Amino acid sequence: MARKSTIAFLMTLPLILLLALFVLYPALYSIHLATLNKSMERFVGFGNFLFLFKRETFSMVVEQSCIFAITAVIFKALIGFVVAHFVHNIPARGQRKWRGMLLVPWVIPPAMSCLAWLWLFDPSYSAFNWLLDLVDVGPVPWTGEAYWARFSVILVNIWIGAPFFMIMYLAALKSVPEQLYEAAAIDGANWWQRLCYVTLPMMRNIMAITALFSLIVTFANFDIVRILTAGGPIDKTHVFATWAFRIGIEGGDIPLGASVSLFMVPILTVAAIFILRDINRRAGEMT
Amino acid sequence: MAKDNCMQTFKQRFSRRHFLATTAASSLGLAMPHVRGAHAAGKLSLGLWDHWVPGANNATTALINEWAEKEKVDVSVDYIPTQGNKLLITITAEAQARSGHDILSLPSWQPADHARNLEPVDDVMAQLIKENGAVTPAVEYLGKSGGKWLAVPSTVGSQIKGPCSRIDLMQQHAGIDVQAMYPVGAPPKADAWTMDALLKAAEACHKAGFPFGIGLGSTADSVDTAGAVFQSFGANLVDASGNITVKTDAVRQALDYYTRLARFFPPDAPAWDDSSNNKWLVSGRGALIMNPPSAWAVAKRDAPQVAERCWTHGMPAGPKGRYAPFLPYFWGTWNFSKNKSAAKSLLVHLSQRSSAEKMVQASGGYDLPSFANFTEFPTWAEEGPPKGTLYHYPNPYHHQILTTAASPAPPKIAVQIYTQGIMTKLTVRHLQGESMEKALTWAESEIEGFMRT
Repeated sequence: MARKSTIAFLMTLPLILLLALFVLYPALYSIHLATLNKSMERFVGFGNFLFLFKRETFSMVVEQSCIFAITAVIFKALIGFVVAHFVHNIPARGQRKWRGMLLVPWVIPPAMSCLAWLWLFDPSYSAFNWLLDLVDVGPVPWTGEAYWARFSVILVNIWIGAPFFMIMYLAALKSVPEQLYEAAAIDGANWWQRLCYVTLPMMRNIMAITALFSLIVTFANFDIVRILTAGGPIDKTHVFATWAFRIGIEGGDIPLGASVSLFMVPILTVAAIFILRDINRRAGEMT
Repeated sequence: MAKDNCMQTFKQRFSRRHFLATTAASSLGLAMPHVRGAHAAGKLSLGLWDHWVPGANNATTALINEWAEKEKVDVSVDYIPTQGNKLLITITAEAQARSGHDILSLPSWQPADHARNLEPVDDVMAQLIKENGAVTPAVEYLGKSGGKWLAVPSTVGSQIKGPCSRIDLMQQHAGIDVQAMYPVGAPPKADAWTMDALLKAAEACHKAGFPFGIGLGSTADSVDTAGAVFQSFGANLVDASGNITVKTDAVRQALDYYTRLARFFPPDAPAWDDSSNNKWLVSGRGALIMNPPSAWAVAKRDAPQVAERCWTHGMPAGPKGRYAPFLPYFWGTWNFSKNKSAAKSLLVHLSQRSSAEKMVQASGGYDLPSFANFTEFPTWAEEGPPKGTLYHYPNPYHHQILTTAASPAPPKIAVQIYTQGIMTKLTVRHLQGESMEKALTWAESEIEGFMRT
């Protein structure tokens, strides 16, 4: 038994080392940076974090990150759920083709697809506005007005992320035993009841894990906002990562930038604790 | 016999006197790159800004190779693009790691930002200023810290972001003859070219359907224009001593003016980045943009009928002077560089008149040397169409004060004002209905946050 554990450990060692090098070391280094003063010569403890609490723009960034992540995850989950059901009901022969096509937004490198979206939203040459103009609708300031800009970055995030939900939900749907639906049908359950009392309970863990994973990735998003709006106009679309970059790299205040990026950790930790606790509780109930 | 001859030769070659001379020469060689023998003076690595003009890097490479051949230094050059902030990230990473290139291209704010990691170049600058003339106060402001020169202003990448006007549209709709105002080969006749004239022209061109393409985003082009306009009114958000001076009459006056002007910008100007104004000019939709001649150069390639009607000229004068946005690039060497003496020698070579002239020519007139004696190269007079369109680009008659947005605030504070685009955001807030006092209070609060040390 001990020998098996040793072999298992040795086999995972390369991955552990990679994680330590590329995840743990940068994480610890950014914690170290976050405790330094602006010129990185003096230890200031939690000074940078306390400073951030007093900044109006930072409060706005926290609010925007939450709006961005929560709205995007909710819509990605809804769209993923609906599309997964549609795909699930397609006959097996044509299903692979649809699955492949629907995954395209997710597999294209985000930087590339964002550039295409940028062209569609371009302040002066928006392809969408050109289409709207054909039906006599005035131009929409997709990235020029705060609320439209927020809408645009969330829309692109949903477009990129919804296929991930779709494929996860599809896998979950396929794992629901057919007998459960048959039993429900015998008991006279209608479509809605089958969804509420069979499908959803059987998918809950996958849904929770997917939501958690997506929440983390969406919260830490950088490329979409950076490419589409760079946080503008007047900072109304900044999220943690873009704001940290603006302050740390562009503004030359690396400790404060590191502090902004580390702010995501407690927020995501709380979300992870709640979601994982729920999953564990249900796993306990099932056993 | 042969062995005896050999010993004799050896003794002759290494006499005591010869040994001492050799030792002295070797010691000297450690401090200077002028050592004979293939690559005897060591290695030198450069990370330079990747020029957007095709072929412009070749001129720099040729100059570096010319120097390397003469000095017997093994040189390697990496051209680093600014897309995706790659150059900025490289600079930051090298400063953190205290390892990397011996010479790096440093965008405007970077010398001050990395002051403690840069090798002072007072000796190089003293020599260059003596040979090439003085540098503008903007270069001194950005390249000097604590009384020491931290970097050498580079010809490559340095630019003035003055107006580039459509000759026909300005004449037709605003009644302004930009060619007469800025004639080729003669000093500007621009006394009537004031901020009021700019406002009237903006309104007229807007009415005619050709708005001025000036952005209000947070990227450099937008911020630089706002900075120059504010300074024309004597409006500084922070003074040279680091005091916040947001709520002053000068700032109120500048904000009021710029907001009135911004009403005639395209409605999506708050979302513009540095490519938006270029596209605006090239598409033929605007009568004026604020940009170095890159937009004109692209038009020359993609829309020649637009390019041949463009004229690059000086900024309008405000109540406190005629200020033009100047964005110099620098070449710096780290204090942890392994071959500082060679690096300094190369920086001197790259800053010679002949080198600067080659760089200017290779960039089609885009690159601007920072030295006073280098503003009359033939490239600017000859480039076209129309011929002479760039003549006044390098400010040959020094009738404009070259400035950097957010100066004269101490650079550590100014860089934050600049990168956060405080002046453009202030304008957008006021433009979108926020009261002036509320917008100024917001700016004051933001700037207070930049004061941390």
